[in-house]
Formats: sequence, C-alpha cells, structure tokens
Amino acid sequence: MSETTKGRRDLRIEMMRSQLGRVRGLGAARAGVSHWWAERVTSIALVPLTVWFILSIYRLAGLSQPDVAHWAASPLHAVLLICLILATFHHMQLGLQVVIEDYVHTEATRFSLLLAVKAASILLGLACLVSVLKLAL
Amino acid sequence: MPDVRDALMVAKNTEGRLVRRPLSPFMLGSAYRFQLTSSLSILNRITGVAVSVGTIVLTWWLVAAATSPAAYDTVSGFLRSWIGLLLLFGWSASLFYHLLNGIRHLAWDGGIGFDLPEVHRSGWAVVIGTVVLTVLVWAIGLTVL
Repeated sequence: MSETTKGRRDLRIEMMRSQLGRVRGLGAARAGVSHWWAERVTSIALVPLTVWFILSIYRLAGLSQPDVAHWAASPLHAVLLICLILATFHHMQLGLQVVIEDYVHTEATRFSLLLAVKAASILLGLACLVSVLKLAL
Repeated sequence: MPDVRDALMVAKNTEGRLVRRPLSPFMLGSAYRFQLTSSLSILNRITGVAVSVGTIVLTWWLVAAATSPAAYDTVSGFLRSWIGLLLLFGWSASLFYHLLNGIRHLAWDGGIGFDLPEVHRSGWAVVIGTVVLTVLVWAIGLTVL
C-alpha cells in the first residue's frame, strides 16, 4: 500500500491555473457542465411529472372540451401542467441539440438545425403554456 | 485545409498516407458489432427524438382544448382514428423506454450499477419494463375506458 501511495505522491503536476480558471468558459462547447447539468435536473423533474401526466390521461380520455377545460382550470393541475411543459421542452431542446451536434457534420446544416430546434422548442412550449394559462385563468 | 478544425481531422494511416479521420457513427455496419449496451444507448436517442415529435400532438391537444369544443373534437377524432392510436401506441412505448432508461442513466450519474453484469441486468430490466408498462397501460386503458 505504502509503495503505491508513495509512487502516486511523486507524480505531482504543478499548475499555475486555479481550478475555477480551468473550468470557467472552457470545454468543447465553452459552457462548462451547464448543459449536462440542466439535462439531469430536467430529467429528474420529468420522472414524477410524466407518471402524473400518464395517470391523468386515464381521467381525461373520452372527456369533452368543457370537462377537460374544467380539469385544467384547477390550480394544482395547471401548475403541474406548466412544470411538465417547461421541463419537457427544455429537456427536448437539450437532447435534440446533442443529437444534432453528434451526427450532423456540415457546418451550415448543423447551425440551421440547431436554430430550428431551438425555435420549435420555444414556439411549441409557449403554445402549450399559453393554452394552459388560458384554460386556468 | 481551410479550417483549423479540418486540419485536426487529418491523420496518417498505417501505410503513412494522409487520410481524413472518420466521424461518428462511421463504424456502424462495417467494423462494429451491435451489443445490448450500445443498442440500448442508441435506442435512448431514437426514442427521445420520437417523443420530441410527439410533443407536436401534445401541443395540438392543449391548443385545441384552449380554443373551442369543435377544435377539441377534431383532435379527439384524430387520436381515436387507427393512425392516431398507432401513433399514441408508438409514443407511449418510446416514452416508457426513455423514462426507464433515463432512470438507469441517472443511477449511473450517481455512480450506481457500473459493473458489466449489472449494466446488462438493468438493460434487460428496462426492455422488459418497457414492454410490461406499455401493454399494462393500454390494457387498462382499453378495458376501463
């Protein structure tokens, strides 16, 4: 044990940069871990929200528009729907971004697709959000 | 090389000739044998994209509910048609897979289940779980409703 520990201790790399300096603004995407972290946080939120939504579909299937509107007008349902919408479209944008960055290698196509996915996520997300608010308020 | 990134993608092969480095996923189909781990990994992306397409119908449904009874009837009619049900079935299976495999990924992020036997076990659990959940949810849906 002491031998390996000793050997390891001899391997020291002296750096003139702080850990913060290394991580700030660096990485291939120049964004540190924020993308990765946001993907995890939204996915954790989506686990209970998705289960709730799937169970809610049982209640909503077969209902007419006034009944659905009445269901969505409950503050609890509206708040959970808004959380689901925000987490879903944020997570979707982050995930599709990685897929495009990994598989689309033509600069112009990649850039256009990334912008299109961002625009689509925001537009669809806002359409859902405004609809829920209209039903709830 | 017009671009420094292009220059970095050039390398010498074993014969000493300059070649362009291949980009992912260049090995698929030729040098790469599919295995459970990689198949489930790519399936996570495929189902993620599929569920993303499904958000269009989620949006349509919510916008219609906020618009008028007639607009809502149009969505309901579409979702009840055979093509609507088929799409819903596909999206539900994709969603269950992505959800279960996402939990598997979160466990890995927490440093849990990294041994190869565990990875295979959790992988099969996700596959079986997806089938069971999809069948269960549709069986309950079709009998109760």
